[in-house]
Amino acid sequence: MNAKELEILSWKLRQDVLDIIQAGGGGHIGGDMSLLNTLLVLYANHLRISPQTADDPDRDRFVLSKGHSMEAYYAVLCQMGFLDLADVKARFSQFGSPYIGHPNNRLPGIEMNSGSLGHGLPVCVGMALAGKRSGKPYRVYTVMGDGELAEGSVWEGAMAASHFGLDNLCAVVDRNGLQISGPTEQVMSHEPLADRFRSFGWHVLEIDGDRIPALDEAFSKAQSLREKPTVILAHTTKGYGSPLMENKADWHHHLPTAAEFEEIRADFAARKEAAERGE
Amino acid sequence: MENNIPNRAAICQTLMEHAQTDPDIFVLCSDSRGSAGLAPFAEAFPQQFVELGIAEQDLVSVAAGLASCGKKVFAASPACFLSTRSYEQAKIDVAYSDTNVTLIGISGGVSYGALGMSHHSAQDIAAMAALPNMRVYLPSDRHQTKQLIEALLQDRKPAYVRVGRNPVADLYSAENTPFVLDQAVWLRGKGEKTHVALIACGETVQPACAAADLLAAEGIRASVLDMYCVKPLDRAAVLAAAQNAQAVVTVEEHSPFGGLGALVAQTVSAHCPRKVINRALPDAPVITGTSAEVFRYYGLDAAGIVQAAKEAIGCRTS
Repeated sequence: MNAKELEILSWKLRQDVLDIIQAGGGGHIGGDMSLLNTLLVLYANHLRISPQTADDPDRDRFVLSKGHSMEAYYAVLCQMGFLDLADVKARFSQFGSPYIGHPNNRLPGIEMNSGSLGHGLPVCVGMALAGKRSGKPYRVYTVMGDGELAEGSVWEGAMAASHFGLDNLCAVVDRNGLQISGPTEQVMSHEPLADRFRSFGWHVLEIDGDRIPALDEAFSKAQSLREKPTVILAHTTKGYGSPLMENKADWHHHLPTAAEFEEIRADFAARKEAAERGE
Repeated sequence: MENNIPNRAAICQTLMEHAQTDPDIFVLCSDSRGSAGLAPFAEAFPQQFVELGIAEQDLVSVAAGLASCGKKVFAASPACFLSTRSYEQAKIDVAYSDTNVTLIGISGGVSYGALGMSHHSAQDIAAMAALPNMRVYLPSDRHQTKQLIEALLQDRKPAYVRVGRNPVADLYSAENTPFVLDQAVWLRGKGEKTHVALIACGETVQPACAAADLLAAEGIRASVLDMYCVKPLDRAAVLAAAQNAQAVVTVEEHSPFGGLGALVAQTVSAHCPRKVINRALPDAPVITGTSAEVFRYYGLDAAGIVQAAKEAIGCRTS
């Protein structure tokens, strides 16, 4: 899909995220909004998976390591045909539902369960290593939050990924700069983050992760990089799309009031109309 | 029968036999190939061996990732670290995500002897058994270990296997190792009326058999169950043994909490009430010594089990 189509779709999917959160009575809205474009560009233009090839041994793999951003993942999985949006909205977080607040690999299209941070990257190391050792061409992707990088297991995985030369592995850091308690640099600093990954033997791409063309270009570039894994440091905006919640740590999992839902919906609708006009 | 091949070597040998024809068998270690006895596998099958360094969390997550892509993964690390340092990876990436990973806890229990509490794993049964979708096995000798690994190669479900460091005497033989996955093995007294049922797992099965023989010499009849399948516990066998006995004694190289004894007591008390005595390690750092010395000190040896059996059935003990 081209950038304009994706931009328009992005605002539609953000509305879906709001619907899912409102229906379920909770969610991680701030990180959903910083993550959504990354997931959309990845699924629309780069990941070689579909509901028809969900069991193909040669399919690309994706693991959502920041599993709490599940509502954005639901919106994208529904858009890509893995799940039914009406069903997700009807049952998200309800008694007995498979649509829980973190990835559930009993659902179509979800490879691995997550929810506890620091698992996705090392799991993807195993997936990428399996591909290398078996001579399979698939690629492996994961998205981590930036607060998540304080988990030591991330760096165990980062070490192993470069040790094994896993250039079929691409990790994204959703670098929105905020975690539940405040700015990441105050809670537990990560900078100089690019240097840290480079020192662990990774290719590093730094982009504006709210911009769809930048994401598209970075995923293409990562596919051409050899011998080392690639990390995309996607500088994003927590709560992207509505001034009401942008860059506010307390919107990590804030449940909007009815009036706030209305305000955010209006902001998204306006952005969607602007995208349709090509602005 | 005397034997100088440890169970971990039997695991390596079994995996090497099958890896000849199955390229999907993968073995992972955390700088533990030597202590796990898996160096021969690493040398013979370098494309099916993965070294993760001293990083148990990574070991288990990478194992799960490989398994999700069709590999049959055996991840081996000292039980003390595997069951604690990487517990959450076992919970989420293996058990919850339902990946085909067998976690092999080597040098379990008090195998490391004088190395102290950091290296003992007296909590691994409780920890692993509490994870939904995780099975827990403590094979008692090298022949049973081989049978167990071959059975686990045939299914695609998570499991935790604990083996000790040192060779243990054979209970079975190459020609005669009765084995059905998840069924306990009757070593004494099947179907017989007894005074006491002895239920043991791993390295305590041998002393339980020796205790049964000592008791028999005194006219006390004891059945012995090799409950290598701690989870899923063979409840039918437990109840059959309890039904035919006045009391039950469990013996395990584990904390008194959440292990074989607790599981047996739950089952017996609910379905066939009998007095159940648990012989286990203490809720305290274990005394320094070899496995044999430690077993003797805490009454996990034959003499200790005889004493527990007599107490259980109300005999006066000397």
